[in-house]
Amino acid sequence: MITTVVEKLQEKFSDNILSVKEFRGETTVVVKSEEIVSICMFLRDHEECQFDYCSDICGADAYTPENRFEVIYNLYSISRNHRIRLKVFVDESNLHCPSVTSVWPGAEWPERETYDMIGVIFDGNNDMRRMYMPEDFEYYPLRKDFPMMGIPDSIPLPRK
Amino acid sequence: MGLEHALGDSAITTTIDSAINWCRKNSVWPMPLGISCCGIEMMAFAMPRFDVSRFGAEVFRFSPRQSDLLIVAGTTTYKMATVVRKIYDQMPDPKWVIAMGACTSSGGMYRTYSVVQGIDQFLPVDVYVGGCPPRPDNLLNALMMIQDKIQRGESRSTPMTVAAERIEKQQLLQIQGINN
Repeated sequence: MITTVVEKLQEKFSDNILSVKEFRGETTVVVKSEEIVSICMFLRDHEECQFDYCSDICGADAYTPENRFEVIYNLYSISRNHRIRLKVFVDESNLHCPSVTSVWPGAEWPERETYDMIGVIFDGNNDMRRMYMPEDFEYYPLRKDFPMMGIPDSIPLPRK
Repeated sequence: MGLEHALGDSAITTTIDSAINWCRKNSVWPMPLGISCCGIEMMAFAMPRFDVSRFGAEVFRFSPRQSDLLIVAGTTTYKMATVVRKIYDQMPDPKWVIAMGACTSSGGMYRTYSVVQGIDQFLPVDVYVGGCPPRPDNLLNALMMIQDKIQRGESRSTPMTVAAERIEKQQLLQIQGINN
């Protein structure tokens, strides 16, 4: 099951896997962001992996000086009925991360959402527009340094 | 001459205003703006069990140009605020606004960056309805309050009619009389 998947991954991408964690039956693999596309491609196409469904992509802000942001990929295999979670670190100085839309076309919108909320830019995603916030909004609301009630007057209200 | 002579100058205008307001209050055409869960309760308010047609307001118009009561039923985000205001601006005068539910009136449980903390920040609201979501009865009550306001010729959006101004003047005189 999922242990074989992790073994296959470690066999093929041993240099690019930073850590493997298991918690309450959920496996999380932290990988290098440069190799995320080939790792996803491998997970999708390998006979024993078959992660044919990218269930969600989201971002997190750890608010640390290094590796501040992480992008989290929750994958599911409909045919094999197993799940895996991939994590990629993105530094504040370089907010770019390769897009996995070439692996799963449906990843476009979750990547847009992550861009909207956290500010990670996905290279290769052809539709890097805001998702929820207005298009001219300048901030990223799910960052830890964003105030809960927002920046006053950043979104104009109609005149009364 | 006739009735006008008998009643003096002022009585006729008051009566016509009052008659028009009576017509208006019993044929309110709401513009439903069900932006979230309050919309479901608003639909129940229109359906036979609660039956808003008892109050003459069953003609839900989906065009703001044919409505005179805006029911904002649901969480209004900053992005939606512009749309709500645009719909409000398209409604002909005289018009009234009900802010239905906690979110619409005050932001409710959404104390966040994306939700307007009360639509009265960009709209003149006539009646606020509490509840999350409010029961249809509560909305009916709000409609009745709107009807009272219409009968009195009051609206937060439209300048007061002559009749309402006169009533206010009379009340003011009464208050001054009491004070003196």
